[in-house]
Amino acid sequence: MDSGNTAWLLTASALVLLMTPGLAFFYGGLVRSRNVISTIMLSFMSMAVVSVVWILWGYSVAFGDGNAWVGDLSFLGLRGIEPGDDMLFAVFQMMFAIITPALITGAIVERFKFTTYLVFLVIWITVVYAPIAHWVWAPNGWLFEMGALDFAGGTVVHINAAVAAVAAAILVGKRRNPGLEPGNLPYVVIGAALLWFGWFGFNAGSGLAADGVAVNAFLVTNAAAATAALTWGVLSQIQNKKMSAAGVATGAVGGLVAITPAAGAVGVMGALAIGLGAGVFCYAAVLIRPKIAVDDSLDVFAVHGVGGIWGALATGIFTVSAFAGVPGLIEGDVEQLGIQAVGIVATLAYSFIATFIILKVLDLIPGLGLRVSDRDEDVGLDVAAHGERAYVSDGAD
Amino acid sequence: MTMISIEAVVRPERIHHVTEALESVGCQGFYYSNVTGEGRQRGVEVFVGRGGAMASRHSVPKTIVRTVVVDDMQEAVITAIIEAARTGDKGEIGDGKIFVTPVTEVVRVRTGERGETAV
Repeated sequence: MDSGNTAWLLTASALVLLMTPGLAFFYGGLVRSRNVISTIMLSFMSMAVVSVVWILWGYSVAFGDGNAWVGDLSFLGLRGIEPGDDMLFAVFQMMFAIITPALITGAIVERFKFTTYLVFLVIWITVVYAPIAHWVWAPNGWLFEMGALDFAGGTVVHINAAVAAVAAAILVGKRRNPGLEPGNLPYVVIGAALLWFGWFGFNAGSGLAADGVAVNAFLVTNAAAATAALTWGVLSQIQNKKMSAAGVATGAVGGLVAITPAAGAVGVMGALAIGLGAGVFCYAAVLIRPKIAVDDSLDVFAVHGVGGIWGALATGIFTVSAFAGVPGLIEGDVEQLGIQAVGIVATLAYSFIATFIILKVLDLIPGLGLRVSDRDEDVGLDVAAHGERAYVSDGAD
Repeated sequence: MTMISIEAVVRPERIHHVTEALESVGCQGFYYSNVTGEGRQRGVEVFVGRGGAMASRHSVPKTIVRTVVVDDMQEAVITAIIEAARTGDKGEIGDGKIFVTPVTEVVRVRTGERGETAV
């Protein structure tokens, strides 16, 4: 083992783990104050549940040899994974598996049944996440062999989670009484800040080495986040004469999503263009979302889907031979753009259909079901599902 | 003389002017709290779409301040509150409202005194 690489990958793994509590606060601040704990728990429990699933069989299903479509059961319980580069890879990948289903929860907050969600986590990681990770990142995965570029998970993590979020929002239905404003904007900003910070591990760790690729990935990650946040803020200022903090925070996340697949393949000027596009496209998508019948409550598709698709396509546009070894549209080659599109469409189709079926089945199982009672929804899930309140202010508290 | 309660709903950003005015006309005490409600002001514009869309929220934040005084102070207190709570010279919709009600008894907890001496 190279000690420099090991040190950086362990650090990067911890950074990626921190993104999930960051997401918990990002989402938690956007809901009504009666659902803050519930929303935070959806993300936090992904750390608890997915870590265990990943060790027992998730890693094996994703990265066992298997075939072009799925891994196998050869690494059950991480059997045969020696403490070295292989174990380091399993650890780093575990953190990606944790945050992906947590991203979905933005679409189902304030009404999804918590116990059913825990079951969903186990099944979804196994049936949806692990196979798609295999397609894209395992050496014999079909998208990997086709040459799809997904440096850090724009397809596997973001497009996958975003379209699963749409399926979940359709099945669980609209909230009865959504709040008008975010319940706690400072939470939203601190959550976005933790995501931004953790994303350096996500992207700069994905080259699996402490080298020039990692340095470039680090720089382009920051560049895209900054550009998208700035773009969003300026659009908000132009349209409404005020710059929204929730908007700037969301813009940063959109930029981070978009640069994710491209972080190992583009230079810093390409990153500015990707960030600018993410700001514009995600802003427009968030504006359009309330006019659509599906209650994707916290704009998971508008940010992670639109940002992810833009990023995956932009990778095909702005990739330069000097970084990824393949030319993009910007160097006159259209082939990579086509390969990127295949990866996007395959992920959209498989994740949507599989997630829809999983949730449909869970809805039919007695004792599970997707939705809380109307009364629990009105009371708020903090008290109804967890017996706790985020803000206690009873007189002389 | 009888005792009265004067309750004023004012803009939160004016409350410290109002409390200073109450002290200056000789009110011995008052209390205030933040509330949310609806009057003729009819709502404020807030962001709902992360910078993209705004919407009107009907209920607005207000502060209620209450003081109990003897009734010969009524006009002085009302004048003081109006001057302190009004926006600009002419005022604006949303500046608030004052309610005056009779108080049948006042008791000082420390001594058990009742009536005007307890105010």
